[in-house]
Amino acid sequence: MPDLLIELLSEEIPARMQKEAAQTLEKLIDQGLSDAGLKPLKTESFFTPRRLTVRVNDLLSRSPVAREERRGPRISAPDKAIEGFARSVGVNRDQLVTRKTKKGSFLFAVFEIAGRSVEDIVVDVLDDSIRNFPWSKSMRWGSGDLRWIRPLHRILCILSDADGTRTVPFEIDGLVADNVTEGHIFMAPQQFSVESVDDYFRKLEDAKVLVDEAVRRRRITRKIKQLVTQSHLELCGHDELVDEIVNLVEWPVVLLGDIPGDYAHMPREIIQSALMKHHKCLCLYHPESRKPEKFITVANRQTSDSGSAIIAGTERVISARLEDAKFFWEEDCHAIKQNGFHTWLAALDNITFHHELGSQAERVERIAEAAAVISEFVDGASPVETVRSASVSKADLVSKIVSEYPELQGIMGGYYAIMADYPQTVLEAVQEHYLPTGATDRVPQNPVAIAIALADRLDVLTGFWVIDEKPTGSQDPFALRRSALSVFRIVLENNLRIPLAAVTGCLLIRHNSTRIEDLTDDDLKKICSKAKEYDCFLTFLSEVKVTPREQVPQSFLTLTENLQEQLEDLFGFIHERLRVFLIKQGVRFDAIDACLATTFGDDLTLLAKRIRALDVFLSSSNGENLIQGFKRANNILIQAESKDGIVYSSCPDSSLAETQCERDLFAILDIVTGEIDRALQKEDYEGAMRSMSSLRAPVDVFFEEVKINVDDMAVRRNRLELLNGVREVCHKIADLTLVSG
Amino acid sequence: MLASGRLDGDRAVYSFQDIILRLQMFWASSGCALLQPYDLEVGAGTFHPATTLHALGPQPWSVAYVQPCRRPADGRYGNNPNRLQHYYQFQVLMKPSPSEFQALYLESLVSLGIDLNLHDIRFVEDDWESPTLGAWGLGWEVWCDSMEISQFTYFQQVGGHDCRPVSGEITYGLERLGMYILGVDHVMDMPFNDPRSENALSYGDVFRQSEQEYSRFNFDMADTNILLRHFEDAEAECVALLRAQPHDPKLDAVNVMVQPAYDQCIKASHIFNLMDARGVISVTERQAYIGRVRTLAKECADAYVSKRG
Repeated sequence: MPDLLIELLSEEIPARMQKEAAQTLEKLIDQGLSDAGLKPLKTESFFTPRRLTVRVNDLLSRSPVAREERRGPRISAPDKAIEGFARSVGVNRDQLVTRKTKKGSFLFAVFEIAGRSVEDIVVDVLDDSIRNFPWSKSMRWGSGDLRWIRPLHRILCILSDADGTRTVPFEIDGLVADNVTEGHIFMAPQQFSVESVDDYFRKLEDAKVLVDEAVRRRRITRKIKQLVTQSHLELCGHDELVDEIVNLVEWPVVLLGDIPGDYAHMPREIIQSALMKHHKCLCLYHPESRKPEKFITVANRQTSDSGSAIIAGTERVISARLEDAKFFWEEDCHAIKQNGFHTWLAALDNITFHHELGSQAERVERIAEAAAVISEFVDGASPVETVRSASVSKADLVSKIVSEYPELQGIMGGYYAIMADYPQTVLEAVQEHYLPTGATDRVPQNPVAIAIALADRLDVLTGFWVIDEKPTGSQDPFALRRSALSVFRIVLENNLRIPLAAVTGCLLIRHNSTRIEDLTDDDLKKICSKAKEYDCFLTFLSEVKVTPREQVPQSFLTLTENLQEQLEDLFGFIHERLRVFLIKQGVRFDAIDACLATTFGDDLTLLAKRIRALDVFLSSSNGENLIQGFKRANNILIQAESKDGIVYSSCPDSSLAETQCERDLFAILDIVTGEIDRALQKEDYEGAMRSMSSLRAPVDVFFEEVKINVDDMAVRRNRLELLNGVREVCHKIADLTLVSG
Repeated sequence: MLASGRLDGDRAVYSFQDIILRLQMFWASSGCALLQPYDLEVGAGTFHPATTLHALGPQPWSVAYVQPCRRPADGRYGNNPNRLQHYYQFQVLMKPSPSEFQALYLESLVSLGIDLNLHDIRFVEDDWESPTLGAWGLGWEVWCDSMEISQFTYFQQVGGHDCRPVSGEITYGLERLGMYILGVDHVMDMPFNDPRSENALSYGDVFRQSEQEYSRFNFDMADTNILLRHFEDAEAECVALLRAQPHDPKLDAVNVMVQPAYDQCIKASHIFNLMDARGVISVTERQAYIGRVRTLAKECADAYVSKRG
């Protein structure tokens, strides 16, 4: 049972790609060997910046013999036909065998397909894996046509078993595999041959290469911990950075250096960005003075001077970097002390947000206006304070620090707001309004930040909707999916109750207005203030439509023309993202669809509550049974309606009820309707579902005992209308026709 | 792998010019032809026709040269320790990229006096793309003790054409590298020639005044109307040259003027950079201007390929 070892040695693979590449290679090799019938027992992969390694244990040394049979003519067939068949499959007539089948006796040709040697199979599998490797981006080099992530230099490919170790005779575009590899590029660049699979791992470690990521990581984190403890300083680090560092080295050596200058007055975020992003160094702070005192860097080698030249070099580099940052920071501070935010806010006029969506200054104006509307629905956010914070929320885009370190937008804006004499609350609002920055990042909790963050995302979404730059397939250049996700995460996680359609509609009006030439500012203000007066934005839109023409300015009509369509399309998008989000959390998709079908759903908190209640209800036994009853009623109605060509939507007459169970259903329907209305009024969806489930028993009995298609047409009609009553009361909660099962 | 001592590796490097001399010696001895700077203002050594045009087509081509570069918006009146509107790049281009290209590069560091046994050299992912040249490649920035000292790229496309064979390109930012090797904190303090000589000059002696002058010119004085006119002239000339009758009556042969046309593309690119520094180009217009230069570069590349490919 041979073991297989493959190592692909290349120039440096980007840190972020190595792990996935190794796993992909492992999968391709394992799949290829399994498909060929070699039954690999265990396949593992390893990686460093320069190598991808796959080890496979216990392969068959040959793939099993396969038998194939081909049916020929009946034994009774004419000689000519039999000989023809034998010729066509390339065997002699006497090699054909007779088999009895259900249809009679036939002649069969039987072939044995010989097994293939493990070498032959490995050659094919490896060739296929390299040529078809799914790199997201790959390159050619020299005069060759082979593609890899960076130039591929060496392939080690050996099979090893009790009889010894042999090289697989593999060659790809002139690169011939052997049993040789080389060590660390600087510390042990010599080539060496490998005598067995274990020998590879042993010799590689002797040659200063730790091929196991976990071992490198352990070494790094252990040493960092030790240095932190010994120095009595505080580490302000980032796991993501360690993830990257682990894959920039084959032989990690953790070094500690000094930060000479005094940067205690500079915000820690600047120091973190400067050191981590640009130099991949960690920073250690004095626990009391908060002064950054030392840095940790992870080198890719040991040196005879224990790293002192590396530390000295790194110290100089990061001092220069921090001095640079300090210069930018001080310039910014100086600018604010002179003019407050005045100059910066004016400069936002000259920064284009998007060529069809105007400048950052215009964007800020829209955000402030929308945030003010939203703030009325957020506890603790006053419109005045919201507008004040929103109007300075993007001022830092002009600052020198943010143009050098764009990831500090918002963070810096908050600090600068304090310098410009804004209160602490503005700092929090400005800093938090960019949250959440990732799918799992925390959402803002500061009430003003919530209002601004929502307005910000809705401005982006409505803007790109109006200029028709929506995401398609994998293309989402403006990260609109993430904006939609942020919208409902901010709403849901803060339990906000906002009719988003109105504010979204106003933003759409704003974005559309720039495309209508004869629209005056006055008109625009009138429209927006009118739109805000309406509790339900859609009511507003439909009323505009029926208002006599002469009472409405033409610009007004042009503006609202496409509005409903845009609004519904955008909410469709937000709902679709919400659907994906809830399904990931384990919510039934049909519960989501059933609720989305009955409500426009711009109050996302309420929508989610309804969906979750229905999700729970559908999974209960009452729910399951009621669905059966509902579907039966619905099917009967649909059949009758299509046959009779009418819709049974009138109110049934209880005096026409003939049986007790019919009267019972009338009575309970009356009660349930009242209960559901009251529960929905109170937004008590669990209560509404409970009431709905009390329909189950009487509906079941009704179907058992009452015949619907009776000769007396008035009675039949009344019974159908009674069933419609059941259908309608359920529909108040959700469109149950969309529930599966 | 690293055969140090190919050159006089023990001799210390004392000055900016030593660094240039060492690199020239090293790459000349590695088989590169030493070219001279291109005589037009360019934003990067890549613009030199020896890179942009010669990276195209099948002919082998290995060259090295110093190229003065202009980045008008980076002017800081000579005050910033490491930002200049005029600086030098050392550019190496080898086509096809030799398999030992990375090893050669490391040896070049040794020739500069960097002891690879004491320093930490890292290849950190950094793919290169030039929107104005319609060019891209994969590679790294090279770090020495956490500081970027070179850019290393395998060209995949130039002017929209696949590079076959692939060229390997190395760019050394000479001032930054010099400051690092010579242990200088401000570029103007860097010795330009041997600091022990009687005629010692610092980088500041050579360039401080011109940095000041150009900073004012770039930011405040360059006449934007003239620039705009020049941009449009260069653009028109480039197109006109490429559209001209291929047959040269005096030569009585086909004579397509690829490089004269490409000169106009380089000029347009530099004028665009100047207008950008003057702050008269909005973000929207920016993309449009870059697109116009790219169209010129692409047409020059097309003409070059049909002539040489």
